[in-house]
Amino acid sequence: MVRFSRVGLRYPEGQGAWALTDIDFNLAPGSFTWLLGPSGAGKSSLLGLMHLSLRATEGQVEVLDADIARLPRRGFPALRRRIGVVFQDYRLLPHLSVFENAALPLRIQGLTEARLNADVREILRWVGLLDRADSPPATLSGGEQQRLALARAVVARPALLVADEPTGNLDEAQARRVIALLREMHRLGTTVIVATHSEALPEEYPAPTLRLQAGQLVSNG
Amino acid sequence: MVNATKLRPLRGRDPLGLRRALSDRLLPALVGAMALLAALAIVGADGAGRLAERWQQSEAGQIMLQLPRETPLAPVLSRLAALPGVAAVSAVPEERLRQLLAPWLGEIPGLPLPRMIAITLELNTDQIPLLEAVQAIPGAQLELQSEAVRLAMRLADGLRGLALAMLGIIGLVAAALVAVATHAGIAARRETILILHELGARDGDIAGRFARRLALLCALGALGGLAFAIPALWFLAMQAIPVVLARDAMADDLPWAMLALLPPAAALIGWLTALVTLRVWLRRLP
Repeated sequence: MVRFSRVGLRYPEGQGAWALTDIDFNLAPGSFTWLLGPSGAGKSSLLGLMHLSLRATEGQVEVLDADIARLPRRGFPALRRRIGVVFQDYRLLPHLSVFENAALPLRIQGLTEARLNADVREILRWVGLLDRADSPPATLSGGEQQRLALARAVVARPALLVADEPTGNLDEAQARRVIALLREMHRLGTTVIVATHSEALPEEYPAPTLRLQAGQLVSNG
Repeated sequence: MVNATKLRPLRGRDPLGLRRALSDRLLPALVGAMALLAALAIVGADGAGRLAERWQQSEAGQIMLQLPRETPLAPVLSRLAALPGVAAVSAVPEERLRQLLAPWLGEIPGLPLPRMIAITLELNTDQIPLLEAVQAIPGAQLELQSEAVRLAMRLADGLRGLALAMLGIIGLVAAALVAVATHAGIAARRETILILHELGARDGDIAGRFARRLALLCALGALGGLAFAIPALWFLAMQAIPVVLARDAMADDLPWAMLALLPPAAALIGWLTALVTLRVWLRRLP
């Protein structure tokens, strides 16, 4: 599903400081994995390589069984459409409504209004935002915005779900709700990897962990 | 497994929010001004071309060949008509010659008159073959096209070339304006573009949205410019044509087909410039 082999990353443009060095791991299909480490350890960089917003400086990255180094640029969009991403800062589009934000991946896939309408309503109901469908994202609370970001990430039924500090800006109750939704996606068969600097979450929801420290993988299991 | 060619295009009314990001009236207003100048240049080029044509075909633009009375006309006419660059050859009727001479000589029945042939050359024709053909005719005398007419035609050609160069410059300036507007749009929607890119939108989907929006703005701007240009051009035609052509202006004195091409041409410049600008910018993304 996901395989990193002696992966290194330095940026900007592969010439700056090393953000990641010598990273090796595998994610099995349908697994749930915690990615742990303090701020600045390289978690976002590792996830960026996984959801194709960064290119490795060295080593081999395979995502959804595609060797990224050998994949032509025109092949990236199709691969990206099979990866859902949840960002810590949500990255919602302020000029679109809640419904339109959630519908974005389906519109990118070219689905017609009739075909996407039911899916988007179902996903908004799942994250508890159906009654806010016509609202702009700016009117939502932090927890609601994160749930909307999650809805957008999963509406197209991705094979891989990447979440970068999805609970970082949330209170405990909202964080539990988001984690429950991520675990629900895992239960439905999606491969999920969640980055967090919290040690409490993995203790509360035990799962395999990858631990990063200063750009290096210090534990895997 | 990864098949890029089968991907369907991005749907949705305005996922990039371009109506707001590229909604200002500055670009259409500037394109409108460019269209106004382009319309003037088109009419200038067309007018210069028509004037040169008229001078060429007018009597002042004709070359008169004088032949002895005994020279048979038919073979000379056919030989001259076959020369390269000869647009028309005709014998001037004797009656017409007598009418032309009457104010100076009065009516003199039986006055022997030479035979005259009027020759019209195409624009910028080399006159050497004609001179050689005339030299081969015994007793023939050629009255070459007047220097003033040739200078005037050269001036008309120069004006037409200048107008066409102006059109080219206007096109380049319009493209530069669109490129600046596109970069402003990219700056305003940078985060949105990045998110769409990361969600799997193709470069062509994103660039196409920008290109269509800018093509529309340019077409609207050009239509507005034309709306100002046409009354002004018609007014100019009404003033100039009676002086230059000694008749009233008519509807077909303006090059309507060329003017009608301005909005589509502006749209094409906007579409192409935005598409290229966006694609170059998007190539930097992973």
